[in-house]
Amino acid sequence: MSQRLRFSLQLGFTLLVCLFMIVPIAMSVMAGLTENYFQGLQSGLTLRWVSEVWALYSDTIWLSIKLAMACLVITTLIGVPAAYGLLRSRHRIAHAIEELLLLPVAVPGLATALALLLVYGSYREFRASWLFILIGHVLFTLPFMVRAVHSVMHTARLPLLEEAASSLGASPWQRFFGVVVPNCASGILAGALMVVTLSIGEFNITWMLHTPLTKTLPVGLADSYASMRLEVGSAYTLVFLLMIVPLLVMIQWAGKLTGPRR
Amino acid sequence: MSQSSSITLTQCSRTFAGGHVALKPLDLHVEAGETLVLLGPSGCGKTTTLRIISGLERPDPGGRVHFGERDVTALPIEKRDVGMVFQNYALFPNMNVADNITYGLRIQKLSRAEIDRRLAEVLEMVDLKGYAERSIAALSGGQKQRVALARAIAVRPRVLLFDEPLAALDAKLRDRLRLEIGALLRELGITAVYVTHDQDEAMALGDRIAVMQAGRIAQLGTPREIYHQPANAFVADFIGAVNRLEVQTQAADGTFCVPGGTLRAPHLAKAATLYCRPEDIQVVPIEKAQLKGRIIESVFLGQAQQLAVDTGNDTTLSVRVSSRREWPAGSEIGLMIPEQALFQPTAPGARAHG
Repeated sequence: MSQRLRFSLQLGFTLLVCLFMIVPIAMSVMAGLTENYFQGLQSGLTLRWVSEVWALYSDTIWLSIKLAMACLVITTLIGVPAAYGLLRSRHRIAHAIEELLLLPVAVPGLATALALLLVYGSYREFRASWLFILIGHVLFTLPFMVRAVHSVMHTARLPLLEEAASSLGASPWQRFFGVVVPNCASGILAGALMVVTLSIGEFNITWMLHTPLTKTLPVGLADSYASMRLEVGSAYTLVFLLMIVPLLVMIQWAGKLTGPRR
Repeated sequence: MSQSSSITLTQCSRTFAGGHVALKPLDLHVEAGETLVLLGPSGCGKTTTLRIISGLERPDPGGRVHFGERDVTALPIEKRDVGMVFQNYALFPNMNVADNITYGLRIQKLSRAEIDRRLAEVLEMVDLKGYAERSIAALSGGQKQRVALARAIAVRPRVLLFDEPLAALDAKLRDRLRLEIGALLRELGITAVYVTHDQDEAMALGDRIAVMQAGRIAQLGTPREIYHQPANAFVADFIGAVNRLEVQTQAADGTFCVPGGTLRAPHLAKAATLYCRPEDIQVVPIEKAQLKGRIIESVFLGQAQQLAVDTGNDTTLSVRVSSRREWPAGSEIGLMIPEQALFQPTAPGARAHG
């Protein structure tokens, strides 16, 4: 087979796959911007549906952002020291904990949510507050933070750097903030972006845990698909994409930072 | 510079989890201002000894570490006032050269002016003027190790510790940096402990050398003593090449009958094996020779010719001669070994084999 033909076939196949995945998204975005989806583009473009979504669901968007930020703070405060602890520990239990950390990712979100409801569901105040959902999000996203930080810590030869810092008189606290944290900053950044993205997009756990007053963006999205015009749901998708795509781009960028150095 | 202190280890042993004994109970004294080299093959306990001195490891209960009069056994490394240079540089990749060097000074919360003064001083010492703002990634291996050295001496430690600092560098650079470190240590007059497995490094840098073997010190002495009066066969073998001659019979007048001829060494007591260095064996005309043999291998090394001479009875001597002449393999050769070049291990009861 000639080089040229092979290249053309590969390119064609790649484009086909891309189209297959991108067309539905593009259609959805279009639907959110057209006057009437069933009449198509000739009915005219409009931002009416977007503003309607904003009027109806802006509080779900704010709640999602609030949740994501709170989730980020908690996973960073827990995740970075946890990853550090796992790195330092030579104990066999450390390996077991590393595996266990993946559990909330592997177990279906519905099951995690059910477990939370079983244990904490009877505490009324707590059950009705957004903090209840936050617990679910932290459980789900923490492994991603720990993993991202842990892998960067591994390649950064932190134990050696710490020995050097301690020989220069640095106390454990000074070493943690002066050497450990700066040298795994790229991992923390990658983990943070992952956590925010996952938290904003999380549906399974949130759907089980939410109340009519604590709806997040994805839950609102499901709600709008079920009960509103198709155009409204699509406009909602558009808003969601506008929030999530920049985050995904940043994850890629952070991934480059964590790549091989030195 | 600062006040150097002596180091004293008393009955320091180290047993790792799982029962592996890395270090048997060890007593060691390093004088203030002295450079002591810990030399030995990997796994001999030299790095463990260094880490116990530094505070990165604790000795097993019962062992004590003193800096001068002060018992520092319980102190962690950051309270011991040591400077340390590592094999893999251990520079902070998130900081530039200046920030790496001044890290310890900033920890000590010195004034900006003092920090700048010391930075300029140590950059000058390690010949890296003008590199202050460079990033670590932009440095060569030799430059990195100089930054590490500057970082260690900037804090003016009482003791300077080196953990195979040149092992990651190529041969040429190693030789140059070795000379520089030697000059720096003399200039600073600081107590230094230097771990290496390279005998040339050990002899060039050490005021004294401790040759270690299987968790204990096999011999402690000046480079000259270690080389010319090795305590046992292991030390003799580890430091440079050595020839062994099995003694067949020994006469009362100090003549030893060995494969290929007889040797005189009245200064040696009863010995089963005589040792000598390859460079001490002289080539003489056959009729005047003490030993006769046949060259079985002749290798041109540039600065010398390395000969393997078979003197019979399974004995092969390694001989170093001038490379100006041709030394064809297969030819007969006459050898002479001066009395004073012959030695036997000095330690009573030393084991014959390492």
